[in-house]
Amino acid sequence: MTAFWILAPVMVLAALGILFVRKAVHAALLLAVVMISLAVLYAALDAPFLFAVQIIVYTGAILMLFLFVLMLVGVDASDSVVETIRGQRVLAVAGGLVLGVLLVLGLSQLTLGTVVGLDEANSGGNIEALANILFSRYVFAFETTSALLITAAVGAMVLAHRERLTPKAGQAERAAQRVRDFSEKGTHLGPLPSPGVYARHNAVDTPALLPDGTPAPDSVSRVLSSRGTVRSAPALADDIEQVRRSIDGVPGGASGEQATATGHNTEQHSLEEEGR
Amino acid sequence: MYLMSEGGHTIPVVAPLEAEGAYTLLWLVVALPLLGAAVLLVGGRRTDRWGHLLGTATALASFVLSVVLFVDLLGREESERQVAQRLWEWMEVGGFSVGMDLLYDPLSALFLLLITGVGTLIHVYSIGYMEHDPRRRRFFAYLNLFVAAMLTLVLAENYVVLFLGWEGVGLASYLLIGFWQHKPSAAAAAKKAFVINRVGDIGLSLAIALMFVTFGTTSFTQVSELTSGAGEGTLTALGLLLLLGACGKSAQVPLQAWLLDAMEGPTPVSALIHAATMVTAGVYLVVRSNFVYELAPHAQTVVVVVATVTLLWGAVIGCARDDIKKVLAGSTMSQIGYMMLAAGLGVYGYAFAIFHLITHGFFKANMFLGAGSVMHGMADDVDMRRYGALRKAMPVTFLTFAMGYLAIIGFPLFSGFWSKDKIIETALVESPVAGVCALVGAGVTGFYMTRLMLMTFFTDKRWKEGVHPHESPSVMTVPLIVLAALSVLGGILLLGDWIVGWLAPVVGEAPHHEPPVPVIVLTVLTVAVVAVGVAAAWFLVGRREVARTAPQDVSFAVRAARADLYGDAINDAVVVRPGRRLVTLLLGVDHRGADGLFTGGGSAVAGVGGLLRRVQNGFVRSYALSVLAGALIVVIALMVVNS
Amino acid sequence: MDTTPYVVLSAILFTIGTVGVLTRRNAIVVFMCVELMLNACNLALVAFARQHGNLDGQIAAFFVMVVAAAEVVVGLAIIMTIFRTRRSASVDDASLLKY
Repeated sequence: MTAFWILAPVMVLAALGILFVRKAVHAALLLAVVMISLAVLYAALDAPFLFAVQIIVYTGAILMLFLFVLMLVGVDASDSVVETIRGQRVLAVAGGLVLGVLLVLGLSQLTLGTVVGLDEANSGGNIEALANILFSRYVFAFETTSALLITAAVGAMVLAHRERLTPKAGQAERAAQRVRDFSEKGTHLGPLPSPGVYARHNAVDTPALLPDGTPAPDSVSRVLSSRGTVRSAPALADDIEQVRRSIDGVPGGASGEQATATGHNTEQHSLEEEGR
Repeated sequence: MYLMSEGGHTIPVVAPLEAEGAYTLLWLVVALPLLGAAVLLVGGRRTDRWGHLLGTATALASFVLSVVLFVDLLGREESERQVAQRLWEWMEVGGFSVGMDLLYDPLSALFLLLITGVGTLIHVYSIGYMEHDPRRRRFFAYLNLFVAAMLTLVLAENYVVLFLGWEGVGLASYLLIGFWQHKPSAAAAAKKAFVINRVGDIGLSLAIALMFVTFGTTSFTQVSELTSGAGEGTLTALGLLLLLGACGKSAQVPLQAWLLDAMEGPTPVSALIHAATMVTAGVYLVVRSNFVYELAPHAQTVVVVVATVTLLWGAVIGCARDDIKKVLAGSTMSQIGYMMLAAGLGVYGYAFAIFHLITHGFFKANMFLGAGSVMHGMADDVDMRRYGALRKAMPVTFLTFAMGYLAIIGFPLFSGFWSKDKIIETALVESPVAGVCALVGAGVTGFYMTRLMLMTFFTDKRWKEGVHPHESPSVMTVPLIVLAALSVLGGILLLGDWIVGWLAPVVGEAPHHEPPVPVIVLTVLTVAVVAVGVAAAWFLVGRREVARTAPQDVSFAVRAARADLYGDAINDAVVVRPGRRLVTLLLGVDHRGADGLFTGGGSAVAGVGGLLRRVQNGFVRSYALSVLAGALIVVIALMVVNS
Repeated sequence: MDTTPYVVLSAILFTIGTVGVLTRRNAIVVFMCVELMLNACNLALVAFARQHGNLDGQIAAFFVMVVAAAEVVVGLAIIMTIFRTRRSASVDDASLLKY
């Protein structure tokens, strides 16, 4: 009973939290709290099998499915607090209160008597007892659930399936398209130029140099240039001095300082590049 | 056959014998033209080449049959001159029974000869007149249809069969007036004739209904027996309703407006339908219903009044019109007014009404066909102001037309002289006011017919350029000659009062009345009045230059006469516009009131639905809330019930 | 040990889940609230199983879990599909089927 009195307020608070939090992710986490608490209560209620199933199926599978969908939809998507349907919230709360009062009133009129307990039923082990009932009295319902699950799986696949409206382009089509682009728009026919390879730099953020000494914009990824993290080609020459000094054995070359300077230069040049 | 005494003279009862011998072929007289019409209409273009011949042949066969029957009837005893043939039981509803019965008696016999005889001549004439019309076959089909319907009308033994023929001629008239339906004026004229005729037909159908109610039958035989037992009010109503029908068909005031427009039809149609036969059906109806009118003197008075007004009305219109066919149409109205006048005079006039009807059928058909011949030569121009001096160019047409002219003005010894003279004489004796009006009408007739003759055949050439008048082909002139001869000789029917005696079994015999002044004085008076009219025309038209376009600075009387004495305006003001206002009013009541109830109910439901559909706001959470509310209500209800 | 506190806790969790379904707009959170309601039911089932001394309640809770798993799979797939086409996971945005 201790478990109950500890967990019940937690569950109610978590459930109420689902009503009030704005982010769906938080609601999912609060739901997880409620479900795990429920699992503990199942254990307390002599239902070890359901305890496991609650953890595995509900918390593990179903709730994870929720989270996957939330990620697809967008984790940040938060509800607006403003109610759009006039009177909906008031009526919903009122209806909920009436429902709760009715349920509690109904329960208060019941006299449940003494608890029989499941010690006898569970005497051969809870899982074995459940299996006995499931595969004898409820075998038809059990088999029907299998049909239900298959149907659900097929339904989910059908719903998630996206129809291809145009035929998939093969290698031949893509090659033809490239040649067509070249003839019509002058797009470069070959592959894009690879990033620059220098004595001390060969990462993808280092642009290659064109014959006239300017960086080739195509040689770095568009994403990197839009983030502004492309190294400036002239800045690559900045550490020559430092290197020469270190070769000459001059101590006290603050590499950290140098690094920040380099970074600074990088930003500056990338801005210039963008301006172009 | 027995006679029924009433007020000093006798009213014969229709008591026909069973048809036997040649009379069993009576139905063929109707069936032949009907068959012709059916073949021509159903056969379509395949019959184009010989359709006109077939049409003429059926009319001719009917004529031959009519002559045979007539000769046979002549040979019979006077008391055996009514023959009935029952073809089949037409309708039988409860106690009412209407048979498809035909009645052949002296009256029908004369009509049969007139319709089939003049009809055949006009068929022949049409072969030439319609030669260049691509729809000639259809024209002959309609003509045959008309002949069949008209024969049904005059051969009917009860009012329902008569009504069948009555409507049949109405249909044929509609089809033929609008035969050149590509002309909007022709289509409108056909519609006008149809609509105005419907007004008259309402009268006739109500009369038939009244007969069913009063007598339980419409057979001439039974009605003529039962009329003496009916109240005078009923008979007067019956007479007035029949008169309404007669007014519609015979273009009597106030239903006269359609006849002048009906001249839009081809000229043979005007001659056959709107001069010789169909428009006289009203006269036939009144004469045939003599057993009603004889017992309803008030109705007879109304007939006389209507006839007198029409007689003068038509004559006045005839004086002012420049369109040759419309002058003749006005003349037709006027002459039918004479017949109606005679018919309204009762037993003294019935025979003369029919006599004038027949002679008029001859000379008016003659003149209409003559006018058609003139138009044929003048490139379908109808304006007399552009005719003139045609007697040289069209000698045959001129001579035959002159015979008709002399007949209609009542030139001594010509047919019109005998028939019109008799009517005026009887009218002067029986109803002096009407008689004087008829006398004046005779003078006006002399005026306008002379004006027509002068403007068409005499005076100077006023032809349009490019018009070269020529005589019509012999297929057209031969009927003219035949009709001219009949116009001249039609008077022999009166020889020894033959026609009076002949019709006596149908219309009764009048007790001899000695006129207050000798007959010869009345005759001379009539001729003198006519001579005044002719002289006036000579001085006003013949001696002067005829203007090529109608002068506009004319007196009010002439303007009114040119506008048909404002007949259309009166109809418009009295019937059309109030009717239209009433319909607009009713329509408004219907739209706002009756429809408002239904559409209002619908709108209310739609409005409530429009409010309720707001509940369907598309928000899943609202629906979930309502599910929760429903669940709560169920739970609370359960708790309340259980506690 | 008494069963009532467990059942009352279950009722409270269920009510909170209900209110969450009605008030939250993010479809995924709504779904989580539905799961919360199912779990509350499971708690009651397990508690009653112990109260009555037979394992049918636990079996029922087991089946509820299975069905919940299937439901989550399909439901999340639907939410994904909607999100893919409408770029939104709000249940209020899918409100075209209305008057």
